[in-house]
Amino acid sequence: MKRHMWSLFLLVVSAASIGFYGCSKNGSGTAFAGDDAAKSVYVPPGKHDEFYLFTSGGFNGQVGVYGLPSGRLFRVIPVFSVDAEKGYGFSEETKPLLMTSYGFIPWDDAHHPEFSMTDGKPDGRWLFINANNTPRIARIDLRTFRTAEIIEIPNSGGNHSSPFCTENTEYVVAGTRFSVPPAGQDVPIASYKEHFRGMISFVRVNPTTGAMSLAFQIQAPPFDWDLSHSGKGPSREWSFFSCYNSEEANTLLEVNASQKDKDFILAVNWKKAEEYASQGKGKRVKATYYVNRYDEGTHTATSNVMNDVLVLDPKDCPGMMYLMPCPKSPHGVDVDPSGEYIVGGGKLSTVIPVFSFSKMQKAIADRAFDGDVEGIPVIKYEACIAGEVQKPGLGPLHTEFDGKGYAYTSMFVSSEIVKWKLGTWEVVDRVPTYYSIGHLCIPGGDSKQPWGKYVIALNKITKDRYLPTGPELTQSAQLYSIEGDKMKLLLDFPTVGEPHYAQACPAELLEKNSVRIFKLEQNKHPYAVKAEKDARVERKGNEVHVYMTTIRSHFAPDNIEGIKVGDVVYFHVTNLEQDWDIPHGFAVQGALNGELLIMPGETQTLKWIPQRPGVYPFYCTDFCSALHQEMQGYVRVSSPGASVPLSFGTGK
Amino acid sequence: MRVRTAIVAGVLILASCGGRNESAHPAVKAEPSVSDRGIGPITEVTLGPLDDALAKKGKIIFEQKCSACHKIDERYVGPALKGVTTRRKPEWIMNMILNPTEMLEKDPTAKELLATYLTPMTFQNVTKDQARAILEYFRQVDSAPAEHVSQSKTVTQ
Repeated sequence: MKRHMWSLFLLVVSAASIGFYGCSKNGSGTAFAGDDAAKSVYVPPGKHDEFYLFTSGGFNGQVGVYGLPSGRLFRVIPVFSVDAEKGYGFSEETKPLLMTSYGFIPWDDAHHPEFSMTDGKPDGRWLFINANNTPRIARIDLRTFRTAEIIEIPNSGGNHSSPFCTENTEYVVAGTRFSVPPAGQDVPIASYKEHFRGMISFVRVNPTTGAMSLAFQIQAPPFDWDLSHSGKGPSREWSFFSCYNSEEANTLLEVNASQKDKDFILAVNWKKAEEYASQGKGKRVKATYYVNRYDEGTHTATSNVMNDVLVLDPKDCPGMMYLMPCPKSPHGVDVDPSGEYIVGGGKLSTVIPVFSFSKMQKAIADRAFDGDVEGIPVIKYEACIAGEVQKPGLGPLHTEFDGKGYAYTSMFVSSEIVKWKLGTWEVVDRVPTYYSIGHLCIPGGDSKQPWGKYVIALNKITKDRYLPTGPELTQSAQLYSIEGDKMKLLLDFPTVGEPHYAQACPAELLEKNSVRIFKLEQNKHPYAVKAEKDARVERKGNEVHVYMTTIRSHFAPDNIEGIKVGDVVYFHVTNLEQDWDIPHGFAVQGALNGELLIMPGETQTLKWIPQRPGVYPFYCTDFCSALHQEMQGYVRVSSPGASVPLSFGTGK
Repeated sequence: MRVRTAIVAGVLILASCGGRNESAHPAVKAEPSVSDRGIGPITEVTLGPLDDALAKKGKIIFEQKCSACHKIDERYVGPALKGVTTRRKPEWIMNMILNPTEMLEKDPTAKELLATYLTPMTFQNVTKDQARAILEYFRQVDSAPAEHVSQSKTVTQ
């Protein structure tokens, strides 16, 4: 739906934009680096890329892991959607990760990956990402490249303004894009202004374990909170949120939420909010939400159901937040490496407004306000603006920084990246993108320490860039060199899902920590079998637990009899291999639930409910050795009244 | 069995194509410097009198990490291990446990074993001390009555 709207929008304005900006778009020849490009993106066989790139999967709900400069895809990390390639959401151990207060959700919409930070720089520990539809934040462990935790956000609808973290990952944030009546109130939609709230949540991150907990929610006006970034350096105690729909419309937002010349950037002093929360200024409000954690010791996720949340009302918390007027329906709100400049991506605006943190502080001290919204002071535009980039292009969306004094803003409507100078606000270069860029990414480009070698365009429209594959096309990313004065297009590469944002960092930051195997002696799974002699089958009423082992190239046990129709069978499969990259698979005929893939040293469980008598083969699905084809077994299922005794074995 | 014949034939064809004037046993010829101690972190093992406590530790590790593929008295995925300490040097045994990937690429005996059994010996995240304990367990097994050892030899190779 969103893509359709964007496409229509594009059609309407594209003629105009080509007219205005046609001079910058005279083909790819001017920006394309030609033969040099091939050399600069070529990674010889067996060699590694210099950077990792993590792109969100948008409507596919995952994170894609790529190498740069090659653009090669290495892994799809399942987060908010089930994924057969990893057995994610199919094994009994991973199912709890996708549990919510609504039940098991197999598919959600993942938007903004964000590295954990130490001193405002990516520290290579975790990657956070938000689910937009059923509001949640996930934490991915960058040692295993797996989802380690998912926390649900109550009183929210459309968790878009998320999960951007503070300078030392004290918090990740969650601003609701769709304001809703808190606590599931049943009220007329037309009572929007009265009953709806734009909740902004601060989720605390445990500095050692990374475990997330919902610290407090701020009951903000019912605007559509769109994006966020936290401050750094001088602005480290603040988080900034962009919004549209300050009109507070609840229907035809396309028109009704574009009435005012300016919406807002909200500045929240989270340090102050933290103080108010600890002083008991908030109210504990009933709210049901899930916190799901994956335990690396037991190889199992568990769900905890929480029952209330602390809510702060801005009226009771003076000095906690301020509004800065921002033209017009801003999307990105991006803080430069120094922490002084806050760039608004006013997607319907003809300028890029840049706010000054120090001016904002002075304006607060001088009380240079222009009224308030629900008790939140509105700072005078002139009192907080540092400058405006004039005529940057059409549809400025999102900005990142190269650490050398320049900013790069994506222009959705005029389909280009515009490079401009911080301080003078002059445009110094522009390159076309193919087509209709959404977000962009510079490695470390939202941190204190950008690695300003490349900018990656995450394009919304693909059209003719690749061989056609019917009506559904891959998404298209583009890699540009930003080492020289002029940006140079180096490479197109396809991406999985629809990336809404990306994070990139030097490979060395993560490579050294990457886990190769799960050590058997550390496997604390309650159904693990650590030696083949302990493999067995146990019956508990109509539940049958198969304690199974795999190693190249056999299962133990591989012949099982005495299962009956009406039984619920759990295959708990432990991979006894302790060698890197020797997973085994497990599939049994007639399983409605899926299959398993088990990494070295890991235990995973498949639930199987046999439906009719017969003998059912099972086998290894992940090619493991020259005798992989022989890695098979049989399970005999008898009718409910049969007297076949339970028996099992291998090689007997 | 058929698979094994095919692979051996393939090796011979490859050898005859690329071998020029080399001997008919390129596997041996190619690695003349390899010793019967194998390749890996273990260059010298000093064996004392049998240490029963160490052998007991070794047995536990063997059961956890090795027994899914190796039995003492019968061929399983890999060869039966009865008599291994009489067939191989202690250094070779420990290197095969600790460094199987390189051994399978370079050590002539290990290469021959792979051609026979086809499933590669795998590293099972075993430490040097653990490998030494496993060796002691094998020594204990092989200190059993002599007729038992000779009987198992016929089973293995």
